[in-house]
Amino acid sequence: MSATTANRTLPGIYHRAGSLRAERRWALWTSYASLILAAIIFLAPPFYMLVTSLKTSGEIAGMAGNPWIVREPTLENYLAIIDNPLFRTFMLNSLIITACVVAITMVISILAAFALARMRFWGSQVLATGVFLTYLVPDTLLFIPLYQIVGGLGLLNSIWGLVLVYPTLTVPFCTWIMIGYFASIPRELDEAALIDGATWPQMLLKIFIPVALPGIIAATIFAFTVSWAAFVYPTAFVTTPDEMPLTIGVVSQLVRADTFAWGQIMAGALMAALPPVIIYAFLMDYYIAGLTAGATKG
Amino acid sequence: MAADGSLAVAGSAEAVGGRPNSLQRFARRRSTIAFVMTVPLLAVIIGLVAYPALFGIYLSMLNRRMTEFVGTFNYELLIESETFWNVFFQSCFFAITAVLLKALIGFWLAHMLHHIPNNRQRKWRGMLLVPWVIPPALSTLGWWWMFDPSYSSINWLLSILSVPEVPWLGHHWWARIAIIMVNVWIGAPFFMIMYLAALKSVPEQLYEAAAIDGATSWQRLRYVTLPMMANIISITVLFSLIVTFANYDIVRVLTNGGPRDLTHVFASYAFQVGILSGNIPRGAAVSLFMFPFLAVCAFFVLRGVVRRNKEQM
Repeated sequence: MSATTANRTLPGIYHRAGSLRAERRWALWTSYASLILAAIIFLAPPFYMLVTSLKTSGEIAGMAGNPWIVREPTLENYLAIIDNPLFRTFMLNSLIITACVVAITMVISILAAFALARMRFWGSQVLATGVFLTYLVPDTLLFIPLYQIVGGLGLLNSIWGLVLVYPTLTVPFCTWIMIGYFASIPRELDEAALIDGATWPQMLLKIFIPVALPGIIAATIFAFTVSWAAFVYPTAFVTTPDEMPLTIGVVSQLVRADTFAWGQIMAGALMAALPPVIIYAFLMDYYIAGLTAGATKG
Repeated sequence: MAADGSLAVAGSAEAVGGRPNSLQRFARRRSTIAFVMTVPLLAVIIGLVAYPALFGIYLSMLNRRMTEFVGTFNYELLIESETFWNVFFQSCFFAITAVLLKALIGFWLAHMLHHIPNNRQRKWRGMLLVPWVIPPALSTLGWWWMFDPSYSSINWLLSILSVPEVPWLGHHWWARIAIIMVNVWIGAPFFMIMYLAALKSVPEQLYEAAAIDGATSWQRLRYVTLPMMANIISITVLFSLIVTFANYDIVRVLTNGGPRDLTHVFASYAFQVGILSGNIPRGAAVSLFMFPFLAVCAFFVLRGVVRRNKEQM
């Protein structure tokens, strides 16, 4: 690092080396102190949710003692919530919606990104910019006109209405980062393929998709987490519990059902949050690549 | 593009099937294929973003029953109402404070992460990104329980330090602070990751040169790190301003606009007016009030991203 290099190349300031090392050690110590503090604060709410979900209702209601520890851990809240038919419906709805949206998103954005990255055509630059601008349109700006449009199609209170509108959240960003990944593939590869007589579909399937697989995984993870966590559209478009996905289902139905089901609410919230967390735990590098790609690729 | 695919394809087709008619030739043109491939994307952008945007403007100019065209009546009515100005103030206050805090905390943590040995960074980064990964509506539910008036675990911690009980969601200023806290908690990890990536892309030689010139750590930060990161900082801050300004989840779960409608932001107020009270045109007008602010931010984000791409080429 910089300090060691300075020591080696500049013997003139050698006597300062001790203080430099002390400075470095102090910096390291500050770093760990800040990171530990941040980790405690960042992990406290999920930890408290976990603690609450393991408590009995009686223990939650008891005002005495430390609320951050659990004395008699129990899984009854989890069993109760898994047994709850409504919660299972939410889970199923979320799975159907997310699977459909991810599939739709990836097909649309891979096709479009391939065309925009490799085939210049009239208006392709404008369209690429338009894609990025659409990504910057927040869902809360347009949910009221979309409410009318979805209502006009008769898809309010239906998971298919959500499948229809979620692509507005996922497609622009996925297309944008896929353009970046496709553009970074060397042109020699497609030239070689063209000389061998490959058609455009062959080129996409046999070269671009395998080579840009990390980008595709990152985009898929993004589409998955966004449609799993989407909140504004389901809150606006769905009011019948049977058609609700997990986010709004847990927030509106479980909370309303019984004012003192905090253990169950927290168990439900944690289980609803589990799929994105699991994906993150196993595919962290792709997740982070997708996160940082928005501002650096394209 | 040196080798033109359409030529090769069209040539072989001609050799096999004789002269293709003009329609076939048009269908094989590269630009036609490209256009067909972007049609689904265009359908999403035009059908689900551009059309709703125009439709929203039209909607906002109707009367409550949506039978009559009333021009800018909804907008005028909103501008005259006190609640609307509260919403305006709260949205700006919330977005600016939260984004500043997120950026500062994210920058600080990115720096701290950058200081520790490389092989340990992964573990810490993994832990610190957890708030960003949990769906916001669900983690806010956890916060809501932590803010509960009688069972608040935060107040319990404060009581150890003999701080009096805080009415987190009962008093409007505390509720505003609570909303900002939750938003910062969710968003700071994102800034941390972005800034860490940017910090890693600053060439090490620059720091060595600065160290040789005897720069203090503050000077290294001020004259090396910040200029190198200026672009990514402005992109993330503006992007986050857009997202935070238009935030809905946290307010909906935590306070639902209360106490006395003092914590409503544009999104939650639009929802309240448009969907819950059934005045769709006025709700559309409320959310469209966000548009000028968002447009300005989006313009600068786009400019930053374009500039960044040019630098990297």
